[in-house]
Amino acid sequence: MAEEAKPPVPPPPPEGEKKPAAEERAAPASAEPAKPAEPAKPAAPAKPAGPVPVPWTSPLVEKYRGQYGSGLDAQTYLGQNYFAVDRSLIPDILRLLRDEEQFDYCVDITAVHYPQREKQFDVVWIIYSFPRNERVRVKTQIADGASIPSSVSIWATANWLEREVYDMFGIQFDGHPDLKRILLPDGWKGHPLRKDYGILQQDNEWVQINLGIESGQ
Amino acid sequence: MNDSTHDASSRALSNLDLETPEKPYLDSNELIINMGPQHPATHGVLRVILKLDGEKVLGTECVIGYLHRGVEKIAENRTYTMFNPYVDRMDYVAAVSNGLGYCEAVEKLMNVEAPARAKYIRVILTELNRIASHQLWLGTHALDIGAMTPLFYTFRDREEILKIFEKYCGARLTTHAFRIGGCQYETYAGFEKEVKNFLTFVAPKIDEYEELLTTNRIWIERTKNVGVISAADAIALGVTGPVLRASGVKWDLRKAQPYAAYSEFNFDIPTGTNGDTYDRYLVRMAEMRQSLRIIEQAVNRIPEGPIMAKVPKIIKPPVGEIYHSIEAPKGELGYFIVSDGSTQPYRLRVRPPSFVNLQALDTMVRGLLVADVVAVIGTIDIVLGEVDR
Repeated sequence: MAEEAKPPVPPPPPEGEKKPAAEERAAPASAEPAKPAEPAKPAAPAKPAGPVPVPWTSPLVEKYRGQYGSGLDAQTYLGQNYFAVDRSLIPDILRLLRDEEQFDYCVDITAVHYPQREKQFDVVWIIYSFPRNERVRVKTQIADGASIPSSVSIWATANWLEREVYDMFGIQFDGHPDLKRILLPDGWKGHPLRKDYGILQQDNEWVQINLGIESGQ
Repeated sequence: MNDSTHDASSRALSNLDLETPEKPYLDSNELIINMGPQHPATHGVLRVILKLDGEKVLGTECVIGYLHRGVEKIAENRTYTMFNPYVDRMDYVAAVSNGLGYCEAVEKLMNVEAPARAKYIRVILTELNRIASHQLWLGTHALDIGAMTPLFYTFRDREEILKIFEKYCGARLTTHAFRIGGCQYETYAGFEKEVKNFLTFVAPKIDEYEELLTTNRIWIERTKNVGVISAADAIALGVTGPVLRASGVKWDLRKAQPYAAYSEFNFDIPTGTNGDTYDRYLVRMAEMRQSLRIIEQAVNRIPEGPIMAKVPKIIKPPVGEIYHSIEAPKGELGYFIVSDGSTQPYRLRVRPPSFVNLQALDTMVRGLLVADVVAVIGTIDIVLGEVDR
């Protein structure tokens, strides 16, 4: 978005580091197209080719690519920039983006469930910088049952947002001050936004005990 | 059984040493009470657990979810077109804004753009809805604090906006005014004239609300320095909309990242300085006037032309994901949509402004009195339908 108007970012890393980085960018683009092509539901027939993600280049990306190498993939889709980041880099990257790059506003934290993938969940942070007027997404893949570091210490707003992700997907956030359900009642079993949770499904036991009716449907 | 209760009470009595009481007569411990979920001032079913020291609030915890309908799950089981009316049911006092955000997000995902005429109609209706939303907020907020009169004034005038909505699309509240790709309905005969009449009708009415409240001593006492939130806290808590602007952050998505046709209009972003309830009131009053400015510019130069872009009957966005957000009356309303190329969203996430803003309640009410909690809940301007989705 505001890429043109961003001169005050420090220059890219020295040439020696930049070279391999550029190669890496070319390689994952073909070898690891996990991001765009990933869902591919069997029902969907061949569709007209839509827009495809293109590598996102900016001083910001160059800087972090030099630092983190292959753990970091930066793409642009329909003009929106995102980082696909290795899970191990998550707390560092998020903190750096806030502290060094002024991404001071955490817009949203959410997740997407891909049950057929080995690492079933995408966790997505949407962050925005007031000084830069720029929004980026950071996403990472984690396996079912794996946890992810909480970002409450980075952005206070993450508190409720992470609770909602936990409530809806069952993803654990390490270091969250009070990780419990937020929209569903405390004793509820199951996490409704997982793909294996049916649209009519509910915790019948909870409904019977607490509402005194046979079924909520 | 009788014995045991008798025993217990006699033991308790014998323990009472009236000469040197262990505890003072009035317990000065902290008190934990429930406000809601059924409470007229919580604007829906919100339960706030208050930790009190006498009348002073030591801390709060919000219990939400009473109106949870699983909107995001429903979206995954509906086609893009079928889901469109559902978004109106989130922030039901600003249904037009919800629809605008959703339609634009899907359009962006499909890489189509609504025609210019549709964009202007969208801007006019959305800004009318912003005024209606602020009017409803003002009426109920003032009622919470004890000023009953503004409610009748604001509802009387809001009616005129709802009449325009009804004439345009047949519905007053959950309007479903827009479609993916543009608008379904052409403006009715006399639409421009009625909107212009409304502008001249409502401008003095807003002055009237201000006459009732702005210099009203009780209003000032109840709102000045109540529920203060600093700009830094507001940003850290992700607060957006008038609450953020009242803390002095001049940020409005209509200016920062213009959507629809907002880049073509002149308007200002009103801001406050103290970040208190009174400033938030002033900001919203000023916003209503800015909305009038936008509507006036838009209605005077609605372009001719089609109102629907070329979109297929069956909407199948290409594989990909998009985040699009708009400045709803309450703050940043965002839609994060993941498409797998089928007719239904693979994942649809709503970033609700009320939900995120409500999280700041605790920061804003600590140290205040119980009666101020009511004022602060009102000033955040939450709609529980959107908080719980």
